[in-house]
Amino acid sequence: MKDVHAKPATGHGSLAGYRSMPGVHDELRAADGSLRPAWSALMPRLLALGAPELVRRRDTALRLLREHGVTYNVYGSDDGLSRGWILDLVPACVTAQEWAGIERGLVQRARLMDLLLADLYGRQVALKEGWLPAPLIHASGGYLRACHGLQPPGGRHLYLHAVDLARRPDGSWCVLADRTQAPSGAGYALENRIIVSRVLPDDFRECGVARLAGFFGALRDGLRAATPRPAATPCVVVLTPGPYNETYFEHSYLARYLGFPLVEGGDLTVRDRRVYLKTLEGLRPVDVILRRVDDTFCDPLELRPDSFLGVAGLVDAARAGHVVIANALGAGVVESPAMLQYLPRLARGWLGEDLLLPGAQTWWAGTPDGLRAALASPERMVWKRTFGGAADPVFGEEQDRVDRDRFVARVKASPTEHVAQERVELSTTPLWTGERWEPRPMVLRAYIAADGQGGHVVMPGGLARFSPSPDSPVVSSQRGGGAKDTWVLAEGPVEPVTLLRPGGQVVRLERAPADVPSRVADNLFWLGRYAERLEHHARLLRATFNRLGGESTPDAQAELAGLVQAWVSLGHFPDRFGREAGEAELAEGLMALVTSAQRPGSVREILGRLRYITSGVRDRLSNDTWRIFQRLQGNGRAGSGATRAEDVPALLNTLVMDLAAFSGMELENMTRGHAWRFLEVGRRLERGMNLLDLTRAVVRTGGHGPATLVPLLEVADSVMTYRRRYFEQVHLATVLDLLLADESNPRALAFQLETLAEHLEFLPRDRWTSGEPAEQRALFQVVEALQGADLGELGARAETGDAEDLDALIGRLAAGLRSISDHLTLRYFSHAVVRTS
Amino acid sequence: MHTYRITHVTTYHYEAEVSVSHHLLHLQPRTLPRQRVRGFDVVVQPVPSTRAPRIDAFGNHSEVVTIEGAHRHMEIVMGCLVEVDPAPAKEGVETPSWEEVARACSAEGWSDAVEAGEFRFDSPQVRRGPACVAFARHSFPAGRRWLDGVRDLCRRIHGEFEFDPRATTVSTPVEQVLSGRRGVCQDFAHVMLGCLRSLGLPARYVSGYIETVPPPGQARLVGADATHAWVSSYCPGLGWIDLDPTNGLLPSERHVTVAWGRDFSDVSPVRGVLVGSGNHVLRVSVDVEPVADEA
Repeated sequence: MKDVHAKPATGHGSLAGYRSMPGVHDELRAADGSLRPAWSALMPRLLALGAPELVRRRDTALRLLREHGVTYNVYGSDDGLSRGWILDLVPACVTAQEWAGIERGLVQRARLMDLLLADLYGRQVALKEGWLPAPLIHASGGYLRACHGLQPPGGRHLYLHAVDLARRPDGSWCVLADRTQAPSGAGYALENRIIVSRVLPDDFRECGVARLAGFFGALRDGLRAATPRPAATPCVVVLTPGPYNETYFEHSYLARYLGFPLVEGGDLTVRDRRVYLKTLEGLRPVDVILRRVDDTFCDPLELRPDSFLGVAGLVDAARAGHVVIANALGAGVVESPAMLQYLPRLARGWLGEDLLLPGAQTWWAGTPDGLRAALASPERMVWKRTFGGAADPVFGEEQDRVDRDRFVARVKASPTEHVAQERVELSTTPLWTGERWEPRPMVLRAYIAADGQGGHVVMPGGLARFSPSPDSPVVSSQRGGGAKDTWVLAEGPVEPVTLLRPGGQVVRLERAPADVPSRVADNLFWLGRYAERLEHHARLLRATFNRLGGESTPDAQAELAGLVQAWVSLGHFPDRFGREAGEAELAEGLMALVTSAQRPGSVREILGRLRYITSGVRDRLSNDTWRIFQRLQGNGRAGSGATRAEDVPALLNTLVMDLAAFSGMELENMTRGHAWRFLEVGRRLERGMNLLDLTRAVVRTGGHGPATLVPLLEVADSVMTYRRRYFEQVHLATVLDLLLADESNPRALAFQLETLAEHLEFLPRDRWTSGEPAEQRALFQVVEALQGADLGELGARAETGDAEDLDALIGRLAAGLRSISDHLTLRYFSHAVVRTS
Repeated sequence: MHTYRITHVTTYHYEAEVSVSHHLLHLQPRTLPRQRVRGFDVVVQPVPSTRAPRIDAFGNHSEVVTIEGAHRHMEIVMGCLVEVDPAPAKEGVETPSWEEVARACSAEGWSDAVEAGEFRFDSPQVRRGPACVAFARHSFPAGRRWLDGVRDLCRRIHGEFEFDPRATTVSTPVEQVLSGRRGVCQDFAHVMLGCLRSLGLPARYVSGYIETVPPPGQARLVGADATHAWVSSYCPGLGWIDLDPTNGLLPSERHVTVAWGRDFSDVSPVRGVLVGSGNHVLRVSVDVEPVADEA
């Protein structure tokens, strides 16, 4: 969507100016200019809304996308992770009647592909009968030799199959491509639907749009039913390559929607030819894997040895029939665009049926006839790589003479590698740009799922993608295109479906706290630590920035000097800063602690770490919590571009508030399972360490008067309590008592220790550890050291210049907390490295 | 007929403890028309928790072995007794031209030649490049008989390349071996595969052994005391013919075939993935001992 604000509507809500391209099927209007039946209900409603209202709703959709954190990672883009998903609020429309025909064709296609895969990895009748040229399989890197002879339990290869459909100028639909190994986009289609149905609620309700929930329910049931251990409750997991994958958002989204744990390769292990999930409480058997990892990356033992995304021994576990992989390993072989040429013959051979959904006319250059046909008019072809997966197609018509000759020579040199496809003139669908209606070429990605009863279910709708400009034939999210929801419009009323199980069905109560993969616990622990660290730094920075200029309180000047000393002592500034830095240099140094991405411990750097960690546990965070983090990141991004020191306090205030919202959410909304405990442990440890480090820095500055102690109390959020208790006299001994020893002060060290003790008690124990775990022993030592110290005496001595013992005590306490963190890491998170030899 | 007692020992010493290891083995020799396996055994220490033997996509014996529980040392000992008959002499055998062979293997429809055609294409470790074609061309002028061409290519690799274990690793690309002209048997086999395939001729990688101590009066072959590798190429009517570019000869009864595939990656004798940190030291020893009068 272009970011253009609405101008006054020209000719109230009219389609004036909408010009479809000659020789192309326009989805909206027939040749005579009349609205097509699919649009007759929706378009008049949209026009009646008028441009300003459409702009408002478009903005709402944008906001929702941002809040839901819908992203699509574009490879090679500068901002690396997470680019916003581009969604047009106007759906693509298809009548239910037309859809019924498409649906039949898709189901037939899914059946055919399953038969073809079973045959290719089995008897290979298709090759022996000549239905498929043998070299198309023999030359394919996607044909996994390791999976030859591997018939998956239940005999099914495809559980989710995607088909890219285009409409020809004559109005008929044809297939451009199949996606069979790990099809993407179904989750985006769902997210699009959720957003569009919220911004166009009346239209959605009244146009009779077929619901998507039934499809996902069938997919979920189909995956559960696929379990090779029908007697037990099936454990289904979603396997993702991790947050750097382009469609990671979708992986976590689908996992949460379907109710399956999201795992990475490192979370799984193979023992006794079975796959297990490494949870905090030990190994849990996995029955079904919905994978988003490509074929060859799934097992470093038998497939690509350099893959870090897979699970060693997975192929063998599948071979033993102990795990179902959806889709089956090796399913990518039928994604080759060359397959389109042979599917009609295969359909007749196996099904005795004609192919209902024809493919775009295709010639594989790997046979003499194919090569001849393809080279007869290379300029009219779209050239694709036979085994190239997602490589960009080459459009013959865009090549000049020289390029084309060179390209033709390449095809002749390696004909097996090339496929020529007729250039299908894509139909156009109306896009609302923010000021007017424009036709855009579109491709519809449709989805077929295996249901639990041996049949197939088609998603009513799908992911419609449009190209970035009216005359560009490429629709690809990697290339800046956008997406639309797809509405299949029924004539009758629509039955609402939800993923909640229908009444009457027995629901197994699942309250076991298990199922927390070690990696997730690790991430939550660090989420707690970094959130706390960010808050601490924001508070310390705020205390400093507020005193810049020296006019905010009578003591501001002296307190600022004390704070600068503390920063120096904490190691953020060089020694001389405390003595000779001028106001300007100081401000600049402080700014770097906010905005510099390279500076360890800067606000920006910690925000980056938080972003990475939260995206890795997206499926563990509630939508509200996620929204808080989105806001935090948004505010942080906006603020970290700040160049003026006077803008910084406002930014820091916002961050502190956002973080407080997160703490509140955590406190009130997270189930008290292991995941929550690790988050809490991380937070408490970090808070204790930060407090000790800052206190030590203050003690070391040597100034023990109000100028250093007041800011310390302020950062530790304990000024009010102190004043209430001790009125105005600020003494080191009483400050130490309040910040270290007072168990009723939630900011005090003693409070953190008590909370930690309770959490450590509840952490899962493996059966091999006997006696008290090391982290509990370490905690006990810290508690002892604190309780055994006479803070009054140490404080009084420090005020007279003898701070050595106090310094040593604080050092001992801090080291104790760090060792707890190390012990936890060793016990729960250490993922020994996987290597190939 | 020759009979060999073969012992192949692979040991791993790990610097740090390994908690789980998975290994994929291709150690059991194939049974072939002129090769019989009279006895075979693989002993793995520590005792594996699982062993899953099977026949792979190429008809080889393979096995996945899993060891659980902390270990710092692992040993795989393969022992077998194999009889090998001599290969029939190729002198005077008439074969079609290499172009005809290439055509038969890329024909439409299904035939033995088309089936053999599976081995005409790039594989994970053998990518055909211009250097392959250039090198192969000298042995395959237009119209030359297939057998003369493949023998010539085999002899040329033997003559023009130097055996040098330090020049390459298990993953050195073919083009690099071609330009450096150095390597070990695996590299020479890969070069020959690349050359043959670049002309459209099917060629597969053969993993096996050759005898350690030569019979009196015969030269000791290069590649003894280790696993060996050579090439097999297909000609309609004649079938698959073995060629050993490391020694520049056609294998007969001094070569024992273990497994074949598209390249080393399909049939590497021991391939492992382990969970643990730190490095490891790998030792391999092979002994191929002729057994007299045991038939």
